[in-house]
Amino acid sequence: MQAVAERVSLLADYDDFAATVADQPSPIADLRREGRERFAALGFPTTRQEAWRKTNVRRIAQGSFRRAPGELHGLSRARLEPFFLPDCAELVFVNGRLAPELSQPRQLPPGVIATSLAEAIAEHPDLVAEHLGRYAPIDQHPFAALNTAFIADGAFVYVPRGTVVETPIHFLFVGTAGEEATVSYPRNLLLAAESSQVTVIESYAGFGGDRYFTCPVTEIVCGANAVVDHYKMQEESIDAFHVAMQQSHQRRSSNLFSHSISHGGALVRNDIRAMLAEEGIDCTLNGLYLARGTQHVDHHMWVDHKAPHCNSYELYKGVLEGSSRAVFNGTIYVHPGAQKTDAKQSNRNLLLSRDALVSSNPQLEIFADDVRCTHGSTTGHLEEEAIFYLRTRGIGEEAAKSLLTFAFAAEVLQEIRLESIKKGLEEFLFTRLPKGDVVRQAV
Amino acid sequence: MRPIEIGSKLYAMLSIKNLKVEVEGKEILQGIDLEVGRGEVHAIMGPNGSGKSTLAQVLAGREEYEVTGGSVIYEGHDLLELPPEERAREGLFLAFQYPVEIPGVSNTYFLKAALNAIRKHRGEKEIDAVDFLKLVREKMKLVKMDESLLNRPVNDGFSGGEKKRNEIFHMAVLDPKLAVLDETDSGLDIDALRIVADGVNAMRSPERAFIVITHYQRLLTYIVPDVVHVMVGGRIVRSGGKELALELEEKGYAWLEQTVTGAAAAVGA
Repeated sequence: MQAVAERVSLLADYDDFAATVADQPSPIADLRREGRERFAALGFPTTRQEAWRKTNVRRIAQGSFRRAPGELHGLSRARLEPFFLPDCAELVFVNGRLAPELSQPRQLPPGVIATSLAEAIAEHPDLVAEHLGRYAPIDQHPFAALNTAFIADGAFVYVPRGTVVETPIHFLFVGTAGEEATVSYPRNLLLAAESSQVTVIESYAGFGGDRYFTCPVTEIVCGANAVVDHYKMQEESIDAFHVAMQQSHQRRSSNLFSHSISHGGALVRNDIRAMLAEEGIDCTLNGLYLARGTQHVDHHMWVDHKAPHCNSYELYKGVLEGSSRAVFNGTIYVHPGAQKTDAKQSNRNLLLSRDALVSSNPQLEIFADDVRCTHGSTTGHLEEEAIFYLRTRGIGEEAAKSLLTFAFAAEVLQEIRLESIKKGLEEFLFTRLPKGDVVRQAV
Repeated sequence: MRPIEIGSKLYAMLSIKNLKVEVEGKEILQGIDLEVGRGEVHAIMGPNGSGKSTLAQVLAGREEYEVTGGSVIYEGHDLLELPPEERAREGLFLAFQYPVEIPGVSNTYFLKAALNAIRKHRGEKEIDAVDFLKLVREKMKLVKMDESLLNRPVNDGFSGGEKKRNEIFHMAVLDPKLAVLDETDSGLDIDALRIVADGVNAMRSPERAFIVITHYQRLLTYIVPDVVHVMVGGRIVRSGGKELALELEEKGYAWLEQTVTGAAAAVGA
C-alpha cells in the first residue's frame, strides 16, 4: 500500500515536508503520521466508490503539483483588493502559508486568538492538541487524510468563554502558480468556547488561469451556548481544483450558522459535515453554487443528529450554465434517542442551458420515532410564463432572465447576516449576469 | 368601428385584419378583424374557449402561439414583428387573466426598472427615486392598494383580488396607449370590481384605448364600452353598441353559438 502511495506525486516530497515540521510536539506529528498512513491505504477515490460516483478526481490524481508555501508570485495588497472585506481582521495565506506582509490584523477582545495554525501550534500547543483532528473523520475520506498528512498552517481562532467578538475575522487563502501547478493544505481550527460569539470567514481565491490544488480541512467547535457565524467563500482560479472538508461539532444549545458560496474552480468538492452532539442545538447550513463552462461542483452534506431537541436547516441552491455539472448529496442521520429532531433540507437547482446537468440526492436515515424530517430537491429551467410576464411590462428578455436568476439566488443571500458579504455577492451577481444594471435597479 | 380623424386621414390605433392563430396545430383564431381608435373602449365578450384570451396573448407577443395569417398594425408598426418588450415600450399593456407570481422580485423596484425601460425607449431620462415614489403613491390610491403590497415580491402570496388590482396598478404607473384587460373582473367581489373599474375609468382619455375582455356583462355596467364584440369559435360573430352586452346577458351565449353553428350547417348543406 505504501508503495502505491509513494508513486502519487503529491507524496513525492513528503520527507522534505516532514523535515520542516520535525521539531513540533508529538500529538501533531502523530496526527500527520496517521493521515499519511490513512491516505496511503485509501488512495485517491474512484467513481466506483459511492461517495465519488459523480465526481471524477482523475485530473488531481494524475496531476503533478508542487508545494509552494508562501511563494508570493508578485502578490500585493492592492492586487488582493477584490477579495478583501471591509472592517474585518484579515489574515492572508499564500499557498497555505501565512503572509504577514499582506495581512491586516485588528485589535480583538482580550483572550481572543486569531492567528495562523503554525503559530498556534508553537504558542498554544495544548489547546491545539486537544482539538485538532478530533472531529474531521479521515477513515473514509482520502482528501481529509491527505490534508492531515500535511498539517502545517491554516486558520486558528479561539474565543474564550463568554466573549463576544464584534469584528469579523477573515482568513483569505490565495492560491498562486507559475509554470508548474501548486498544492496547498490549509488546516483550519475554529474554537468558540461556552457562551461566546464570533463571525469567521474563510475565502479561497486565485487569479485567471492559475493551476493549483487547494485541499483544506476546517474543524469548527461550538461550545455550549456559543453562537458562530461562518462563511466559506470559494472563488478560486477557474483552472484550480478545490477539495475540502468541513466538520462542525456543536455542544449543548449552541447555534451554528454556516454558509458556503462557491463559484470558482474547475473541479470543486465540498464535504460539509455537522455533528449535533448535545441537546437544544440549532444548525443552519446554507449554500449557493454557480457554475458555467465545464465547471464541476459537488456538495456532500452530512448532518448527524445525535441528541434530542435539535434543529437543522439546509438550503442549497445552484445556478448552472454551459455544460457545467453539479452534484448535491445530502444525508440527515438521526441517531437512536435523538427525539424531537427537526431537520429540514432543501436543494434547488436552476439550469440556464440545455447541457448543464445536476445530480441531486437527498437522503434521510432515521433511527428515532418522534422526529420531523423533510427534504426536497428540485431542478428546473426558468419559467417561460414569468419571463413573458416581465417582458410585457417592458423588461427585455435578457434582463428578465437575469432578474429571475437573481431572484432565485437571492433566497440564499437574504439569509446572510454579514452585510458586507451579502452586498459583495449582490454586486458580484450584477456584474456576472447579462444586463445586470437592470437587475441592480429592479431588486 | 369609429376610426378617429387626424388631419384628413382616418387613423386607427390598432388594426387587426383576418388574424389567424394556431396553438399546437389547432386553429384558435379563425380570422379576426378589429379596429380600435384612440380614446375608444372596446369590450370583447364570449364563452369559454372562444379565443378571447388567445387574442390578448397574441397582441402582447406570446411566442407559443403561431400566427398563420393576417396582420396587426399598431401605431404604424407591424406589431407581430415586435418582441413583447418592444410592444410594451411602444405603449401596449396586457393585464393578465392570471398574473404571475414572481418570488424574490420586488413589486416596486421591478416596476421602476420597467418604467425606466419604457422611458428610455421614448428618449426620456430615467425617473429618480423621489419622483418614482411620488408616482407610485399616487397610482396606488387609484386602486386603493395596500402599501404593504409594494414591498412584497410581485404577486407573491397576493389574493386573487390583490393580483388583479396590482395589474391595474402596473398599468397606471406604466401609462400605456393601449391597454388590453384580460378578464380582469373574473373572480372579483363587487367591491374589488368597483375599485378596478374606477381605476380604469380614471385612466380613460382621448389618447388612450382599451380592449376589455370579459366573460360577464357585469363589468360593463361599471366600464361602459363604446363598442361590444362577441367572439365565438375564434371569430367575431357580432359587433354593436353597449346594448349588445345587455342583450347577451338576457339571451346567453347559446343564442349566438346557435347562429354560428346554424350558419356552418347551412354552408355544409
